Amino acid sequence: MSRATTQSVAEIKARNKQLIDEVLKVYPEKTAKRRAKHLSVHEAGRSDCGVKSNIKSIPGVMTIRGCAYAGSKGVVWGPIKDMIHISHGPVGCGQYSWGSRRNYYVGTTGIDTFVTLQFTSDFQEKDIVFGGDKKVTKLIDELQELFPLNRGITIQSECPIGLIGDDIEAVSREKSKEYGGKTIVPVRCEGFRGVSQSLGHHIANDAVRDWIFDKSAPEASSKFEPTPYDVAIIGDYNIGGDAWSSRILLEEMGLRVIAQWSGDGSLAELEATPKAKLNILHCYRSMNYISRHMEEKFGIPWCEYNFFGPSKIAESLRKIASFFDDKIKEGAERVIAKYQPLVDAVTAKYLPRLEGKTVMLFVGGLRPRHVIGAYEDLGMDVVGTGYEFGHNDDYQRTAQHYVKDGTLIYDDVTGYEFERFVEKIRPDLVGSGIKEKYVFQKMGVPFRQMHSWDYSGPYHGYDGFAIFARDMDMAINSPIWGKTTAPWKDAPRPSLMAAE
Amino acid sequence: MTQNAEHILDHSELFRGDEYQQMLANKKALFENPHDPAEVDRIREWSKTPEYREKNFAREALTVNPAKACQPLGAVFAALGFERTLPFVHGSQGCVAYYRSHLSRHFKEPTSCVSSSMTEDAAVFGGLNNLTDGLANSYNMYKPKMIAVATTCMAEVIGDDLNAFIKTSKEKGSVPADYDVPFAHTPAFVGSHVTGYDNTLKGILEHFWDGKAGTAPKLQRKANNTINFIGGFDGYTVGNMREIKRIFELMGIGYTILADNSDVFDTPTDGEFRMYDGGTTLKDAANAVHAKATISMQQYCTEKTLAFVKGHDQEVVAFNHPLGVGATDDFLMTLSRITNKAIPNALERERGRLVDAMADSSAHVHGKKFAVYGDPDLCYGLAAFLLELGAEPTHVLSTNGGKAWQQKMQALFASSPFGKNCRAFPGKDLWHMRSLLFTEPVDFLIGNTYGKYLERDTGTPLIRIGFPIFDRHHHHRYPVWGYQGSMNVLVKILDKIFDEIDRKTSSVGKTDYSFDIIR
Repeated sequence: MSRATTQSVAEIKARNKQLIDEVLKVYPEKTAKRRAKHLSVHEAGRSDCGVKSNIKSIPGVMTIRGCAYAGSKGVVWGPIKDMIHISHGPVGCGQYSWGSRRNYYVGTTGIDTFVTLQFTSDFQEKDIVFGGDKKVTKLIDELQELFPLNRGITIQSECPIGLIGDDIEAVSREKSKEYGGKTIVPVRCEGFRGVSQSLGHHIANDAVRDWIFDKSAPEASSKFEPTPYDVAIIGDYNIGGDAWSSRILLEEMGLRVIAQWSGDGSLAELEATPKAKLNILHCYRSMNYISRHMEEKFGIPWCEYNFFGPSKIAESLRKIASFFDDKIKEGAERVIAKYQPLVDAVTAKYLPRLEGKTVMLFVGGLRPRHVIGAYEDLGMDVVGTGYEFGHNDDYQRTAQHYVKDGTLIYDDVTGYEFERFVEKIRPDLVGSGIKEKYVFQKMGVPFRQMHSWDYSGPYHGYDGFAIFARDMDMAINSPIWGKTTAPWKDAPRPSLMAAE
Repeated sequence: MTQNAEHILDHSELFRGDEYQQMLANKKALFENPHDPAEVDRIREWSKTPEYREKNFAREALTVNPAKACQPLGAVFAALGFERTLPFVHGSQGCVAYYRSHLSRHFKEPTSCVSSSMTEDAAVFGGLNNLTDGLANSYNMYKPKMIAVATTCMAEVIGDDLNAFIKTSKEKGSVPADYDVPFAHTPAFVGSHVTGYDNTLKGILEHFWDGKAGTAPKLQRKANNTINFIGGFDGYTVGNMREIKRIFELMGIGYTILADNSDVFDTPTDGEFRMYDGGTTLKDAANAVHAKATISMQQYCTEKTLAFVKGHDQEVVAFNHPLGVGATDDFLMTLSRITNKAIPNALERERGRLVDAMADSSAHVHGKKFAVYGDPDLCYGLAAFLLELGAEPTHVLSTNGGKAWQQKMQALFASSPFGKNCRAFPGKDLWHMRSLLFTEPVDFLIGNTYGKYLERDTGTPLIRIGFPIFDRHHHHRYPVWGYQGSMNVLVKILDKIFDEIDRKTSSVGKTDYSFDIIR
């Protein structure tokens, strides 16, 4: 059981400040100065969390971050299912990101759908020396021959591409022309660009703007008639089916989802999105760029929402409905009412098992704040959180809408810091990624991967909340955590009292 | 509503409900601009044909579903095999996130490794400052005894010189002058993860044996009677290393395991996170120069390393992931010859038990056709074992195998009547394998987790042996080397064969006359 629950806010703040001071002592002076800006204790009423963010990671500290390629191919583009995404460069990047993100989709893989295939130009030394444009030109011909039902192609640049001066834009234009205006998108997401995955999201968003929106004729492939209730889901990657358990709620309230970005998405959906009446944005971090663009260019309003946990879901359904007429507003209430019995049953079952338990998070995208409400719906308390690649606007949202006074905040946390924090705070649960999972489990701290949902999910929507609650319970209340110390090690010492 | 608090449905069941199925059908029909289902079927059927195979094999630029990773992954794997050693990869930071994730997904263990986090400015000006700061930070934070540096392709393309950079970093005081910072250039656009393993191990030995990059006298070899043992890049390192040590101890051999990561990839859950555990001590790594001989279990993981060791007047012997009776016999007899130690009765009995098991079960394996893919040495070892079982390793494919490997495989096939119709495919990928499985079907496929896509598409049952294994747990804890390890491989193969017979005969009133209780 966490010590935090028995402490006053003032005590927690003092402890957290002391913890920060302690971890900073390990660093050389210059590094300590830089890291100090990323660690903070949240003060209620502040407009942000008091940390600097979106700054270069420090060499050698064991950052958890990835790269721009991971943000573009791995996150934004990879899930678009009827396009082929070429990992352009050496073999590794595509190999390590192959099928690991659990972007669910329906389709005939390898024939009309390509998400879980690893397409690469597998650069060799000669490609570095002579350039890779010829190779990728030929590669596109081979794709067209062997995968004739692909709807489009993206070229996801790995580090060498930008360093050897390749012109993938020219290749894309030329091949697109040759194949009758086929969508071919060059993406400059070389891994050394920017400070994290985040720039990769931005570059990928811009590539949609420049090479899909600006190229496709209106009505190109979308054959449906618009309705006043058309919305697009933006920034849901359908991990474990998240977008599906979200979509169903929107449709039940009377809206029509015309596109999913990008989980289980298709090129036709991307192209049709400018017809939406409202873009609803789940992962603000990775897709606010394209939402803003569509607002400016097509006048489509956008609103952020949060489908983790019943409190935020209900709040979000009402917020989304507020953009529409009474029919939709009534629809939102109907959906909330419909699922209330499920929420009550899930809460009745799990809240008693989870109430008062503490959680520390370190994740990417929207999750360091978005999942807090779901934990609170189960009576749990998030005592520490941080973003792998958040910006200041993420920390503002976190401070203003999510975290409690005294929460420990750690931006781009290092392996060392995270271990020390968890060791001292001893939360009942840590939610982070695969690289962190086994570290904390070894320490005897229950853990859930909060990127891949630890191979479970969906966690979005009411259906997902039930799974979320069950998963947190099975992590925290697994009998195995009572067995981490050998019984001969923790046997109580013979007490003098026994002699009485 | 499909979900239910009493019986909570996972993704695998939830989305099969009518509401979701209707929703997905509508999504497809209205918004996805789908191809005509008849056209999808036509292309799917066409992709199974010899005509498609011919086009598929004519590919020159495109790689689809390769069975190899890049050099630095092997570098990290090798570096983790030394006492309190922190792998440090110089270049972009995302790479390190990938290596750590990849290894952790296979071993279900933490993987500690740092990056020099180079970005645009380093691309322009070089990564010296990143390396200097990085070494200082790692040294202070993680208190490693050694930092082993490798490179990502970014650092290679811009031409960063590790030797010079490490010297300069030390001059700037990032780590003490006599601190061990071995290094290896590991460009991702040359070879594969097995090459990175080789380069890194060679780099570490070179560091200790040849004067620590000019900062210490070279070691003078004083030959002794011990042997060095190198496992190579091996997804079964945890089980295998322990089995090998047991064998050495049974034989009474004095040995040094180089790059022994069997403990760091198998730490207990007892309340303490051990960032470092076990590994070859730095002292042993240095003293390994005096050994009588160095034995590698995987030739293609150690070509440069063994050449380097041979240059230090040791005998070197390379095996190809020995599996089965004959290969293990060779391995043990080689050990015996080099060390003058007899093969003890205990191992002879283990041999007899493996032969016993193979005799008991061979009727079920004999004549079965297998497709095998993986790293070149693993492929060789598996193929040799299959031939010994009277099975036919019909298609043996290695994305990171070259021409020399192909010749060696063909020579192996030629040595057995069961190898008559077998063929080796160097440099090919799993999309080539898909065509092979459709046009020349086999009974079973042996490969890593990605083989499940081939199993789904072609219906060829997959036996999971290789790296990575992401979707089954704990296989890495069991050895596949030695007679006992070969027994584990045999059982894996047999389990799948029997499961398949049961699956094919379990239809009530139709096929279940053959649903036998004794097999």
